[in-house]
Amino acid sequence: MVRNENTLSVTAFIVISVIKIVIAIAVLLTAVAYTVWLERKVVGHIQNRWGPTRVGPFGLLQPIADGLKFIFKEDLTPPHVYKPLYIAAPMIALIFALTSISVIPVGNWVTVDGVSTPLQITDVNIGLLIILGVTSLGVYGVALAGWSSNSKYSLLGGLRASAQMVSYEIALGLSLIGVLITAGSFSLRDIVDAQGGTFWGFIPRWNIFQGQIVAFFIYLTAAYAETNRVPFDLPEAETELVAGYHTEYSAMKFAMFFMAEYANMITVACLASLLFLGGWHGPLFGPPILQAVLPVFWFVLRVFVFLFIYIWVRGTLPRFRYDQLMAFGWKYLLPLATANLVITALVVALRS
Amino acid sequence: MLHLILFSIFGLICVAGAVNLLVQRHPINSALSLVVVMGSLAGEYLLLGAEFVAAIQVIVYAGAIMVLFIFVIMLLNAGEEERTKGSRVAMLIGIPGMLIGSVLLAWVLIGHSDTGAVAAGALPGPPKTIGWLLFHDYLLPFEITSVLVLIAIVGAVVLAARPESAKGTREV
Repeated sequence: MVRNENTLSVTAFIVISVIKIVIAIAVLLTAVAYTVWLERKVVGHIQNRWGPTRVGPFGLLQPIADGLKFIFKEDLTPPHVYKPLYIAAPMIALIFALTSISVIPVGNWVTVDGVSTPLQITDVNIGLLIILGVTSLGVYGVALAGWSSNSKYSLLGGLRASAQMVSYEIALGLSLIGVLITAGSFSLRDIVDAQGGTFWGFIPRWNIFQGQIVAFFIYLTAAYAETNRVPFDLPEAETELVAGYHTEYSAMKFAMFFMAEYANMITVACLASLLFLGGWHGPLFGPPILQAVLPVFWFVLRVFVFLFIYIWVRGTLPRFRYDQLMAFGWKYLLPLATANLVITALVVALRS
Repeated sequence: MLHLILFSIFGLICVAGAVNLLVQRHPINSALSLVVVMGSLAGEYLLLGAEFVAAIQVIVYAGAIMVLFIFVIMLLNAGEEERTKGSRVAMLIGIPGMLIGSVLLAWVLIGHSDTGAVAAGALPGPPKTIGWLLFHDYLLPFEITSVLVLIAIVGAVVLAARPESAKGTREV
């Protein structure tokens, strides 16, 4: 008998949830470590270098070596910092970066030993809002790190980060509303399900082919700014601010900021694939076991492509100036996102 | 049962955050306590079955407005607050007054708890219902509020803008 989650006993529910959480965190942290490796490798090749090659084949064990180094390095706390917030800031950044993975679905339902469960820690009807809320709280980590370090470079980095993230969050949110109107739900699973099937048998019903292509590029741009990545990495612009908000951090505390940044990148890549590129939809073939694994494979493939584009952009584009960044966000991205929203709403209203 | 326990925990965190907000002397600590209050209020909304309001509470208040508060505090580099004679008098009168006020309020609320009580989840919570209420039943108040916000924004721009006489003498 197949039971779904609602009819399970409390203990079974907790056991299943804990298993899923452990798997999700382990996979996410491994992905974070290997995104760093991928970035060093790809940027290396873009700049005609090899990237890491010494530790393991193709430098594949480099993340482990880095992790060991971070753990065994001396954890310096400068004497002039405000200690409670100085210690809390990297934790805040990492906690919120890891929390947002909890509502991201990676595939269909699976049935193991008569118990059926979705491939996602939990499916909530306001999933997208939870991700937006959690990422908007993540800025506290950066802002507080900048302030509590009691250093000019850090403070400027923290100020830039908080101003930038608040500004681009509006464009980001507005670009997502178009998708929400077409799907009619906040649940990420429902949004993906609404993108199944094809137009005329060969064009997939992904949201970028349903008229959300402008929203897709707005989302991507705003998300790059949200995650403080090139060309919007002014909070840590090394030519002006040494290292920005994490100038005064060393060892594992620094590594936590690093992990938070890459975890955020992965969340953004997951959201982009779920909302605009049809999530785990893709051709299914072969024996049943392959059919069960393929959706996850298609999803991971999309996430990988997005991460690759992230790195590609980093290897290609120069950094914005700060006033250019603000003007771009408020004068171009925001009106464009609003126009996209109004047009989408009109089209949906006329069709219904 | 679990519901009640969680509700009490979030309530306690909320009150503790509010008290800490007043006790702390550094503006950053106070602002962070306010974030905790906002977050635990969102938890309470969630337990009442108003998931949309809870999410908006976190995104707008904890995520945007409080970030701006902290931004301003960081920018002005506001220092620790200083205690004066006036603040001591305010404390002497204020704390007993606040205690009496909250006891009175609790007494009145408990006395009338049977009349206006609704079950958790009985009030509109899903985004669709909220949207219907906001843009259909209460459209006029909603629009008036947005005009009010617009007026506030224009006012802020007028206050912050460079005065007409200073234009052209822009220092580099």
